[in-house]
Amino acid sequence: MGEKLRILLVDEKPERASDLALALVSEGYEVVARLCGQDDLRARINALHPDVLIVDMQSPDRDMLEDMQSIHREQPRPVVMFVDESDQESIQAAVRAGVSAYVVDGLKARRVKPIVEVAIARFQEHQALRGELESVRATLAERKLVERAKGILMRRRSLGEDDAYQLLRRTAMQRKLRMSELARQVIDMEELL
Amino acid sequence: MSAPEKPDLVLGFTPLTDCAPLIVALEHGHFERYGLRVALSCEPSWANIRDKLAAGVLDGAQMLAPMPIASTLGVGPLHQAMVTALSLGLNGNTITVSTELARSMAEADPQAMATVSGRARALARVVAERSDIGAARLRFASVFPVSMHAYHLRRWFASAGLRAERDLRLVVQSPVRMVAELEAGAIDGFCVGEPWGSLAVARGSGSSLLATHELWNCAPEKVLGVRLDFAERHPETHLALVCALLEAARWCDAHENRPKLARMLADGGFVRAPASVLALSESHVFHRYAANFPWRSHAIWIIAEMLRWGQIEKPLDVRTAAASVYRTDLAREAASRLGLAVPQADEKREGTHAEPWQAAGTTGPITLGPDLFFDGSVFDPGDPVGYLARCEVSDLRFPLEELEALQA
Repeated sequence: MGEKLRILLVDEKPERASDLALALVSEGYEVVARLCGQDDLRARINALHPDVLIVDMQSPDRDMLEDMQSIHREQPRPVVMFVDESDQESIQAAVRAGVSAYVVDGLKARRVKPIVEVAIARFQEHQALRGELESVRATLAERKLVERAKGILMRRRSLGEDDAYQLLRRTAMQRKLRMSELARQVIDMEELL
Repeated sequence: MSAPEKPDLVLGFTPLTDCAPLIVALEHGHFERYGLRVALSCEPSWANIRDKLAAGVLDGAQMLAPMPIASTLGVGPLHQAMVTALSLGLNGNTITVSTELARSMAEADPQAMATVSGRARALARVVAERSDIGAARLRFASVFPVSMHAYHLRRWFASAGLRAERDLRLVVQSPVRMVAELEAGAIDGFCVGEPWGSLAVARGSGSSLLATHELWNCAPEKVLGVRLDFAERHPETHLALVCALLEAARWCDAHENRPKLARMLADGGFVRAPASVLALSESHVFHRYAANFPWRSHAIWIIAEMLRWGQIEKPLDVRTAAASVYRTDLAREAASRLGLAVPQADEKREGTHAEPWQAAGTTGPITLGPDLFFDGSVFDPGDPVGYLARCEVSDLRFPLEELEALQA
């Protein structure tokens, strides 16, 4: 299969990035770096010359990375591309797992696909581990739960509306719960008491 | 009105003040009133919005006005036919530079700083001075390659003879990172939606050069994008969605609601900026002046810019392409359900009105907004080829005759 493909990972979650790096290395790939948004991505990518970029879809840097395509006009650098546009299923799988991939122009899709598959599998595993859902904002039904829970906190702990909301938000974050899940617990508890 | 075919929807948005109609429609129960159960998904990048919409993970989304066109024409990754029947508002971006660059510009040409065109000339002076001493090119950021931000910047640069690729560096940065990048010196200026420009000014790191309505008043900005096949398979759902957002946009536009709106965006954690910088300027139009109408002339202008800057690589029939994405027919149907007047025409000449003006509407006269360009130019949507022929700075990828041959 020719030279080892050089892969760069951009992920805000170090644990997941490290898992994925291990998996890729054991498959015979070279992982040139694991970066997150705090690093100077543009300079690092230009210096490292990766063949493939695997980018966490939650990264706010995706738009910047994608634009490196236009930098390509000035200096021969990686071109940005989604996996394989004709393959609707693999795009869906990647998007649902939160993986985006960019490859150097001219690299054959069949050489990239196994890499993306490993990334999807690892991302899915981490999603399952953390019970982590997409950052979908509360639906109206969920918001109503939050409103009720807020009311309970305001009454029971004599808090103002903002403070009650902040307390809910903080606690949900600490317990890694969605606001609506925590709200449901508060309401259930109130009914018991 | 029949029940929506698909009542459960996930809509994508990005944390900017112009996501407001989506937030208000959720918070005030407009979606519910039209039989929709909507969840909003906060997306950190425009690329995510495009990919998730294309993959069907999102049903609809706040998009940069050029995005559904780009996806439909295959400009950038993922070729997917999309449509819009609703503009989410007009104006709302600013161009901000580092205080250091602002000072250099003022020193280079103090008189010029009085006007928007003059400030471009002052920038050109600084660019020339830096080039003489071999200093690095100045870096400006837009938010996406196909964005009004990129086109505003490119046109403003071009007005002083500056070419984004040759004389400067035009990069892309996420709105949420813009201020930090400016403060770190990684970029020298940016064009971004509010509140990020105001935040840089409030923090003392940025100097506001202009608001983009000074470059083109009542310019398109964000739209509601859906996949074409979604609109075709779920016509009632799509119309219900447009109606709910029209009602929400009307509420957002009312002067007396603006402070409440700013608080809603800040307190709900939708836009992570202090409420003090979230105050919405009056130039940000959510509903009046037929702001929600997806003017085909806007789409034609956008396609002309995509051609001008080399983003579209092959000739195409511009007006037919514009009509396939900017669906004025669907916009009129939604507006008629609400009894709202919308323009009778699909296109208008841009750059001819300094003041609000009257046009023929579906249910009587309708007031449209001022639409001047900063350079005094006029854009005739009937002749995009003529427009491109007049552009001195242009990266058109093929001879203009090839484009002309394809126009219907």
